[in-house]
Amino acid sequence: MAKFSRKLKGGLPAINTASLSDIVFMLLFFFMLTAQVRKFETKVMVKVPEATEVTKLERKDLASYISIGAPVLSHQAQYGDDARVQLNDSFKEVDDIRDFIAAEREARSEVDRPFMNVVLKVDQNVRMGVVTDVKQELRRCSALKIVYSARRAAQ
Amino acid sequence: MAKQITTINTASMADIAFMMLFFFLVTTNLDVDLGLARMLPPIPDENQQQDDVKVNRRNVMVVLINSQDRILAGNQPIEIGQLKEKVREFILNPADHPDLPEKEIRDVENFGPYPITKGVISLQNDRSTTYDTYMRVQNELIKAYNEIREEFSMQQFGKPFIKLDEVEQKVVRTIYNQAISEAEPRDVSKRARR
Repeated sequence: MAKFSRKLKGGLPAINTASLSDIVFMLLFFFMLTAQVRKFETKVMVKVPEATEVTKLERKDLASYISIGAPVLSHQAQYGDDARVQLNDSFKEVDDIRDFIAAEREARSEVDRPFMNVVLKVDQNVRMGVVTDVKQELRRCSALKIVYSARRAAQ
Repeated sequence: MAKQITTINTASMADIAFMMLFFFLVTTNLDVDLGLARMLPPIPDENQQQDDVKVNRRNVMVVLINSQDRILAGNQPIEIGQLKEKVREFILNPADHPDLPEKEIRDVENFGPYPITKGVISLQNDRSTTYDTYMRVQNELIKAYNEIREEFSMQQFGKPFIKLDEVEQKVVRTIYNQAISEAEPRDVSKRARR
């Protein structure tokens, strides 16, 4: 008892926080390694439909993204609210897909080119007309591997 | 005088690291890309003669989605909930019904001869079908195939499909190949486009 009270007399010793920064740095490096930086801002509103049979995209670096949906509110004054195609970071027409695919192919190494796929991020309220046009254009460029982006539905 | 040890105050170090951590948390996206992977058919060669093999009527099931998002499967209006069963019946044809696709005994590599169905599902849609309905139909079709593959793996190998090794998975894929043809686009509605 006596020993206990004597210890209190000195006041609380400061906790050494030197290792706290190390822990946070560890977390930081983990996030830096596992995540990749968002490539571009989305200019179209896309809420992909639900599906139960979804599979994971294996190689993210080999995917090219085509988004189709109504422009976001800040762009609607300029572009209207009809479904538009977004390639990388700007609004494009269906005819521009050819150049886009060619550029994407050029950016990958020759070994990887056969494994490239196109991810179609299409809003669930979009009509199939524009999607069909995009699909036809992809077929013409022989970019045949496609992924219809979807959310995993609650079982 | 005693030795003087000056320690640098490292309390703010953690704050700096936290700031960087939050920056990375905000700017990165961790969400994995999920989706239905499909293969588009190549554009047919224009010079090539259109001598496509006469496909027997019983071997094709047309799944049609009209502009009102109604589904027609094999000339019958159908609800989306019934579609999977219909596709299953079409692919498996357990009773060898003469109206359902015929089967052909083919030699499967690493497995042996097995009757493989000749059935093809042709998915057609209107230009004003909503993408949501189209995806739900695609999902049902793939679900039917996945279920059949699952049952076949359990029956033949005693393991679920995902636990099979690569060779066995290939066998299952060959026997129940996803024959979903996304048809050449055309107007399925009577009135002209626009």
